Amino acid sequence: MIHPIPFTLLAAVAVAAALGMLTSRNAVHSALYLVLNFMTVAVLYLVLNAPFIAMVQITVYAGAIVVLFLFVIMLLGADLLRGVTDEVRGSERYHRYLAVLLALVLLGVFGYLLLQNNFGGTTLSPTIDASPQALGITLFQDYLFPFEVTGVLLLASIIGVVIFGHTRKRGKENA
Amino acid sequence: MTPGEIAIRALILGFIISLAVITGFAYTTLLERKVLARMQARVGPNRTGYIPIPWRGGEKRFLGGFMQPAADAVKLFFKEDPTPAKVDRVIYNLAPMLAVIPAILILAVIPWAPAFQLGPWKFQPYFAIAPGINVGVLFILAVTSIGVYGVVLAGWGSNSKYAVMGGIRASAQMISYELALGIIVLIPIMMADSMDLGVIVNGQRPIWYVFMQPLAALVFFIAALAELQRAPFDLLEAEQELSAGFNVEYAGMRFGMFFMAEYMKMISLSAIFATFFLGGYGGPLVDKFPWLGFIYIFIKIVACLFLMIWIRATLPRFRYDQLMGFGWKTLLPIAVLNFLVTAVLIVMAEEGTLTPIIDSVTQFFVG
Repeated sequence: MIHPIPFTLLAAVAVAAALGMLTSRNAVHSALYLVLNFMTVAVLYLVLNAPFIAMVQITVYAGAIVVLFLFVIMLLGADLLRGVTDEVRGSERYHRYLAVLLALVLLGVFGYLLLQNNFGGTTLSPTIDASPQALGITLFQDYLFPFEVTGVLLLASIIGVVIFGHTRKRGKENA
Repeated sequence: MTPGEIAIRALILGFIISLAVITGFAYTTLLERKVLARMQARVGPNRTGYIPIPWRGGEKRFLGGFMQPAADAVKLFFKEDPTPAKVDRVIYNLAPMLAVIPAILILAVIPWAPAFQLGPWKFQPYFAIAPGINVGVLFILAVTSIGVYGVVLAGWGSNSKYAVMGGIRASAQMISYELALGIIVLIPIMMADSMDLGVIVNGQRPIWYVFMQPLAALVFFIAALAELQRAPFDLLEAEQELSAGFNVEYAGMRFGMFFMAEYMKMISLSAIFATFFLGGYGGPLVDKFPWLGFIYIFIKIVACLFLMIWIRATLPRFRYDQLMGFGWKTLLPIAVLNFLVTAVLIVMAEEGTLTPIIDSVTQFFVG
């Protein structure tokens, strides 16, 4: 079990970073807050005896995805969030209500699960084998089908991107 | 040992090894200047610090230039360090630190010597700051993947066109070459059947992986050079196009920290290459005298550093489209193919389907 003091500290940093990401008006600052959030969550995984997930979290999210975000932000020069224009304002009110509604639903689900567990009624067993070998065996034996389906899903999205890129290029040639 | 004792030992060891590598960084710069100079038929730095030895009436200056790194450091510390107007102050100051930290962090998992007893401390199963981590390889990948932030943020935070272009190039290059690096790292993992670096080192007895997997070693070395953003992959600081790239607005020790990050990353990636493909601390008599491990890995690291400097002196810089084409169309397919063939061969060897083939081939040739 994780000691309450480091957990509270880590959770506080994670939540603060998430809030900073949401409230920052500068897209690069937002991306950096996101990196801090991913790192803190990775440390939480590490403390919970899941080193594989922690390292993958850093490599994939902090190391690749946010770098791509930064690349796009810098390439498009979209660093500073401009004020909301009149055009968007019409649809924005409707979006705002929808966002609040969805957030309430999410909070409700989390709260229900939390109350069901009676605040820490379940304990993580520290004897679980979290080595990469054990994880690989579980993933490729017990959960082979969901794993493969996820792979196909990712492949589908890659093919989709290739198709979009290709047609746009051909259209340009015709014009 | 209790977790607290292990943590204290790791702190002390980490401090000592970091200091050693910072000294190593200083002398890597000297090595690079000297080797480049010799390759270009020059002498290189030879004035700062020498040992005079009487020689045939006059005196011979021995080890000329060995104080040059110290002189450079003093110069960098006392240079004026202006902050340009309209920079993002937090990010501008954070970027050099973010460049140096990953370079030092990688050292945590590198095995320097086999298990031995040092006073009250028993190093098991091998000598490292954090020995026996079962996700050591993933740790290296994670740390190298966050190494790009220093450069990218320096580029963006400097409020300069050239610096931003350097940062954009750096992020695109890192993402592209990380794929090949990530796949090629799987080959030593599969050969040793573990992600623990100590097991990978032990798996290379008696034959190093560089001889069993020469193509994988080559791809790893090229991808590592690209991750280091060193020649011929140093497009992000192309002098002709970007004046100096991401660090154009930096001066004094803040520039020095980027310099330091580059050379320390050279050292740590050389150590990783030595561990994955050159047998790490392994060598003759290393089981009897564990301290020989330090010497062996030192020699291997210096050999890799020399190779990197040699490449810088030899090859011209890539063009940007060549860089991307090479990474995606050459390096990545080779890495994937090498990975697949190795995986199939390992499974065949384990199942025993390989033995009749080898037998028939040897029968055919030997008779």
